[in-house]
Amino acid sequence: MPKFHWEDFTPGQVTEYGPREVTAEEIKAFAAEFDPQPMHLDEEAARASFVGGLCASGWHTCAILMRIIADGFILDAASMGATGCPEVKWLAPVRPGDALRVRMKVLATRASRSRPELGFVDARFDMVNAQDLPVMTLTSHLMLGRRPAAP
Amino acid sequence: MRYFDDMSVGERTELGSHTFTAEEIKAFAKKFDPQRFHVDEEAAKASHFGRLCASGWHTAAVYMRHFVEFERREADEARARGETPARDGPSPGIRELRWLKPVYVGDTISFAREVKELRETTRQPGWGLMVAYNTGTNQHGELVFSFIGAKFAERRQKG
Repeated sequence: MPKFHWEDFTPGQVTEYGPREVTAEEIKAFAAEFDPQPMHLDEEAARASFVGGLCASGWHTCAILMRIIADGFILDAASMGATGCPEVKWLAPVRPGDALRVRMKVLATRASRSRPELGFVDARFDMVNAQDLPVMTLTSHLMLGRRPAAP
Repeated sequence: MRYFDDMSVGERTELGSHTFTAEEIKAFAKKFDPQRFHVDEEAAKASHFGRLCASGWHTAAVYMRHFVEFERREADEARARGETPARDGPSPGIRELRWLKPVYVGDTISFAREVKELRETTRQPGWGLMVAYNTGTNQHGELVFSFIGAKFAERRQKG
């Protein structure tokens, strides 16, 4: 039985998840598979690029955010996925050794009109590094199952 | 990649397609998105998705792979013509990312992009901002994934 349902989220609610440390090895491994650009693959080439040093792919940063919130609450929730992200902004490079935290703010919630078993949670996720510098901000429409009525 | 000056609004590029296997769906999900419908066939059957499906971030990552390969082909073509390819620019972000339908195990997704806007910037001399609409379509012709991406592209030197 999931711990969290749609009803557990209220507008204005703020929670924090993480930290999760990023290693050079995983930055390079993700890049080799999905985003093989020099600044994500190789320290030397990265130094010569516009970011000035090895940094994580923006999509890798999104995937790390997903893992942080999965461990934070999604795996304990009646999660039904997400319909999308109205906005994703990459604000600063994510470097090897960064310990990333995610602050989630619930912006709005609404019950689905067509599907009574679920509701939507619109949330904003701010990802910061150990220096509290924002590295990414993302808004998303999460879908969560509703709490079953007591028998 | 190409120079900002050589791009035109409305140009569309097919980036290639990818068939999602159960192994890679589960491998990605175990690392980044271990929800039951992405890591376990049986649990996925019992979920509202009804079948194992890829994490939305996996679909996005596979799109990126195709986009990077496309830019690499452009750079190779420029070199073959004896030109210096444009330098790579950063992306400030994306918007309107939509996961419209699940990407199920065995689905073949074809990726494409269309240039929507070419914006000259005064803050970044020598660079322009290119805005593109990116899509993923499954083997049934259904749009499953889309987003609007922005990226800085180098301008040709005047003179």
